[in-house]
Amino acid sequence: MPESGAERLEQVFRDAGGPLFVPYVMGGYPDIDASRRHAQILAKHADIIELGIPFSDPLADGPTIQAAGQAALDAGTRPSDVLDIAGELRDGPPVVVMTYFNTVIAQGAREFLGAAADKGVAGIIIPDLPVDEAAEVRDAARAAGVALIALAAPTTDDARMAEIGESAEGFVYLVAVTGVTGGEMTMDDRLRALVDRARRHIPVPVVVGFGVRTPDQAEQIGELADGVVIASEIIRRIRDAPDADSADAAVDDFGAGVAGALRP
Amino acid sequence: MSVNMRFGPYGGRYVPETVIGALDELTEAYERYREDPDYLSELGVLLGHYVGRPTPLYRARRLEEAWGIDDGLWFKREDLCHTGAHKINNALGQVLLAKRMGKQRIIAETGAGQHGVATATASALVGLGCRVYMGRTDMQRQRLNVIRMRMLGAEVHPVDSGSGTLKDATSEAIRDWVTNVDTTHYIIGSAVGPAPYPEIVADLQSVIGIESRAQMLAETGRLPGSVVACVGGGSNAIGIFRGFLDDADVALVGVEAGGEGPSGRHGASLAQGRPGVLHGSYSYLLQDPDGQVAEAHSVSAGLDYPGVGPEHSHLRDIGRVSYVNATDEAALSAFLECSRMEGLIPALETAHALAHVRDGAATLRAAGPVLVCLSGRGDKDVDQAGAALGIDASA
Repeated sequence: MPESGAERLEQVFRDAGGPLFVPYVMGGYPDIDASRRHAQILAKHADIIELGIPFSDPLADGPTIQAAGQAALDAGTRPSDVLDIAGELRDGPPVVVMTYFNTVIAQGAREFLGAAADKGVAGIIIPDLPVDEAAEVRDAARAAGVALIALAAPTTDDARMAEIGESAEGFVYLVAVTGVTGGEMTMDDRLRALVDRARRHIPVPVVVGFGVRTPDQAEQIGELADGVVIASEIIRRIRDAPDADSADAAVDDFGAGVAGALRP
Repeated sequence: MSVNMRFGPYGGRYVPETVIGALDELTEAYERYREDPDYLSELGVLLGHYVGRPTPLYRARRLEEAWGIDDGLWFKREDLCHTGAHKINNALGQVLLAKRMGKQRIIAETGAGQHGVATATASALVGLGCRVYMGRTDMQRQRLNVIRMRMLGAEVHPVDSGSGTLKDATSEAIRDWVTNVDTTHYIIGSAVGPAPYPEIVADLQSVIGIESRAQMLAETGRLPGSVVACVGGGSNAIGIFRGFLDDADVALVGVEAGGEGPSGRHGASLAQGRPGVLHGSYSYLLQDPDGQVAEAHSVSAGLDYPGVGPEHSHLRDIGRVSYVNATDEAALSAFLECSRMEGLIPALETAHALAHVRDGAATLRAAGPVLVCLSGRGDKDVDQAGAALGIDASA
């Protein structure tokens, strides 16, 4: 029996000895080859790679990720193309794919998760699948050996945190802000209390994301949580680069900067 | 009484975790207030004195003769509601709920602008700030309603993503709600979205069916043979159907947007879609094999939506309602016929139901009197329909 995705993820947290860096790459943005390169570059700095499969109507995403996803779709990106990228990252840090529920059920949860497992995917994040709707997908994910990564939010009360914690595998993705991706978090007492609350109720590692933009912010989060996700900021740097080489360099610099801030 | 979260396998709450608490809060509030005498009396007074309910049942004698409907063609006159469509029934009910829940701000999405106008109106009435999300394409084709919303004090926020239509406006409204959920109530305009919205909207619109069933009995001494309504998200349809679901002999017919016809673009989710998740509920959906949501098309902004309410999906599967469609062209010609033979300019959405009554008259006639939900009036459509039909104001 090969190691399950959940076991691989948990192992990474055990081995890290510090907060984990989880950068996000939108599969197919600005094109398939570039996103593969960006993922490979980030793999040098990252502990886990979050790989986005674009969806037409991403409700949890702000304008930056929406536009990147739409560009990827306009370029003809399909879920299988993104899973292929995951397959090529097999020798690097574990890959967690992020997509919306309709992408999963369009193929059938079992088929989709089976295909993901075949490409070595360790986990899946589905931001529009709350814990109470997740039973069927969780079973399919367990059968495939892929961890279903649950999300918790500032508006999640204690009882629900505990419910999320009960079935959590791999880690829990704690949303730092009441809002969509791409805003800006502020490290304040409210966020400290939120992370503290999540850690009390959730037995697996807690990774914080949404609105984290700078190495400094990552470092602040790292003092409280088990890891930090950075997504929109990486896409902004790719988007604003004048050409493909500078985009690669920008991704490399940023990845090195955040990794350095998390592990001085 | 507890609120329905599912209709057969359809419905559910497929939304970001951030708004789950607010959906729970809304569910509890609705369970409480829908039996609360104070809430019901405030809503009842407004429906009577402000909206103009009960709306009349009208017999369209010239059209019934032209279309050969011997047992009578009856219109449930939702076009006579204040603001010009049935949408106000839901908007008022939800605004009164929001006020009781202590919310300070209202948001809504709109396609044709009727729900936006209704929500702007209801918000003005109770003194709550209101922002309406509307696709850029729809703002152009329903220009008059944009002006109305702004006159009513609402902020109309253009949405450029996707095709700039109802689907994109709904996504953007949900994102606003995710961000401002503590202070804001989101009034969804159709019987779509995450639970408990489809049930709340259907419940608030069921007044259409309850009134028209009693009116048909009073006027004709019998139930209609068939009830016909247009379906985008499906709020006027579910509202009128709910009055007749238990009357097994009454045929219920929902008319979706056939758009450009069989080989072109359309909005017929129930006829040509397959189940999937959009905007928080599991229901029939126009999508590609990868689950990417397809762009719908209809001449009417209100039917230009790739999804449909979950209760309609269930009613389709169990065979209680038959869902058909009418093309842009058929709807436009029915729009003109109704205007010229009855002196009633219907909304382009409503014109789809009329087109089916005309084109399906042979079948409908056999079942007895035909009742149509005349869901809205067409003042908002005069620019667009005029352009399509070659009617303008030049001397």
